[in-house]
Amino acid sequence: MSFQDITFYFFATVLVASALGVITARNPVHAALLLVLAFFTCAGLWLLLQAEFLAITLVLVYVGAVMGLFLFVVMMLDPNLDRLREGFWKWFPFGALLALVMAAEMAMVLMGRKFSIDQMPAPPARAADYSNTKELGRLIYTEYVYAFELAAVILLVAIVAAIALTLRRRTSTRFLDPSQQVKVKRADRVRMVSMPSEKKE
Amino acid sequence: MEYAQQLFGQFFGTEWGPALFTLTKNLALIVAIVLPLLLGVAYLTLAERKIIAFMQIRVGPNRVTFFGIPWLAGWGQPIADAVKALMKEIIIPSGANKFLFIMAPILTIAPALAAWAVVPFSPEMVLADINAGLLYILAMTSMGVYGVIIAGWASNSKYAFLGAMRSAAQVVSYELAMGFALVCVLMLSHSLNLGDIVKGQEGGSFINWYLIPLFPMFLVYFISGVAETNRAPFDVAEGESEIVAGFHVEYSGMAFTVFFLAEYANMILVATLASLIFLGGWLPPLNVAPFTLIPGFIWLLLKIAFLLFFFLWFRATFPRYRYDQIMRLGWKVFIPITLVWIVLLGAVMQLPPSFLNAFPLNLWFH
Repeated sequence: MSFQDITFYFFATVLVASALGVITARNPVHAALLLVLAFFTCAGLWLLLQAEFLAITLVLVYVGAVMGLFLFVVMMLDPNLDRLREGFWKWFPFGALLALVMAAEMAMVLMGRKFSIDQMPAPPARAADYSNTKELGRLIYTEYVYAFELAAVILLVAIVAAIALTLRRRTSTRFLDPSQQVKVKRADRVRMVSMPSEKKE
Repeated sequence: MEYAQQLFGQFFGTEWGPALFTLTKNLALIVAIVLPLLLGVAYLTLAERKIIAFMQIRVGPNRVTFFGIPWLAGWGQPIADAVKALMKEIIIPSGANKFLFIMAPILTIAPALAAWAVVPFSPEMVLADINAGLLYILAMTSMGVYGVIIAGWASNSKYAFLGAMRSAAQVVSYELAMGFALVCVLMLSHSLNLGDIVKGQEGGSFINWYLIPLFPMFLVYFISGVAETNRAPFDVAEGESEIVAGFHVEYSGMAFTVFFLAEYANMILVATLASLIFLGGWLPPLNVAPFTLIPGFIWLLLKIAFLLFFFLWFRATFPRYRYDQIMRLGWKVFIPITLVWIVLLGAVMQLPPSFLNAFPLNLWFH
């Protein structure tokens, strides 16, 4: 067993254990944190596959931003666990069926002839100055430019829709316009009065 | 070095020798980076207290000294503070989640130190010379927010939780502006490798530095850096007059000090990155005799110190931002500026080569 194998098995064990923890943890905050750990170890596995751009982007986007906000929401909500558990046995057969179908599909893909290990040789070792990022950028902006732009537009539409659905203008809120605040001069607010002193009766 | 490598080969065999040798070598290099960094953090706290004291016409720490030498008075203060923090008890609140309460400071300092792996200190001195270095640093600094959120939640205290919420929203917002500002740098340098970015600024004088063509981006990056490290005037996460001390209100002793160390390590990291990508890193401001005699590493240190001074200066000068104004600055001011600059830069890069090779543009576009 080489050093690389040990790293792989270490990451794989942590990944599977933390993924199991996500669905078994009782505390939703613990589950969210275990999901963060799962993403992080997954990024480690991708690094072993020499996909450094994707691995670091996974950490940057999912761990850094998405899960941070997710955790934020989970901490604020404080869900009632007993109510969430109520219909467990009622829905169990349906969930089990879904899980079986998913497992069968994955088995068909992984055990089928096309994707088996002898059909997929190890990626060739690259030179030290080979830049994963540059290759990915070249492919995205040349061969797959339409698919890429289409995905970008769909995301933009989703953002606009999300904002349009949740934006409500409350008339009761009061706010200051900072540009007006900055423009204020002393003469606008203070009136200097020259007044002779008065004698007390 | 080669002798040590052979020794490892003999001792552990041909399969394990090289791997263990690399491991040992990297561990030694990590210690060589982290120890000076922590020393720098310790003396940055002293510099902060001294500089702010002078700005407020006070003297600052002037008692603790080494072996009673009078002209070193004050220099022992960080060491004394560290010893004091080590002696103090770490109090865990009764309603706190014990495991996460202890994990939070570790999760704050680990990314703050891990980001230093790809920072080059001179053309040869870098621990991990990876292609996606800048992206790695962005990923690591974005991890730092977990420590703050978990600390606020695990403390089981309202003030700490409010601080964590404030900090999470703020850090995620300013990360976008920071990332977009760095995209401009990538467009100019054609590389994510920090060493290559500095090499792209070579050319004889400070006019070649990316500071000149990307000056608004430098401002956006640096101010976002101040906001990301939760420093004044963006320190609403700790705001002592509003929410006591924010996310670390329940922490004491060394657990508190670790948060403190991470904040200062992040400050040094932001200053280092800004000097590498905008101020030419280890390049001297003019490529003539008196400047070139000074080694590049010293230039880098001088630039870092110069930028760190701004952090301290801000803290002594500006009143704290109101929370809605922080959000406005991040989303409505910085992000539009960076987007406009990216489009502008892209348009300039598409100009015909005869323009790009003409005088002012050929300094930066090669």
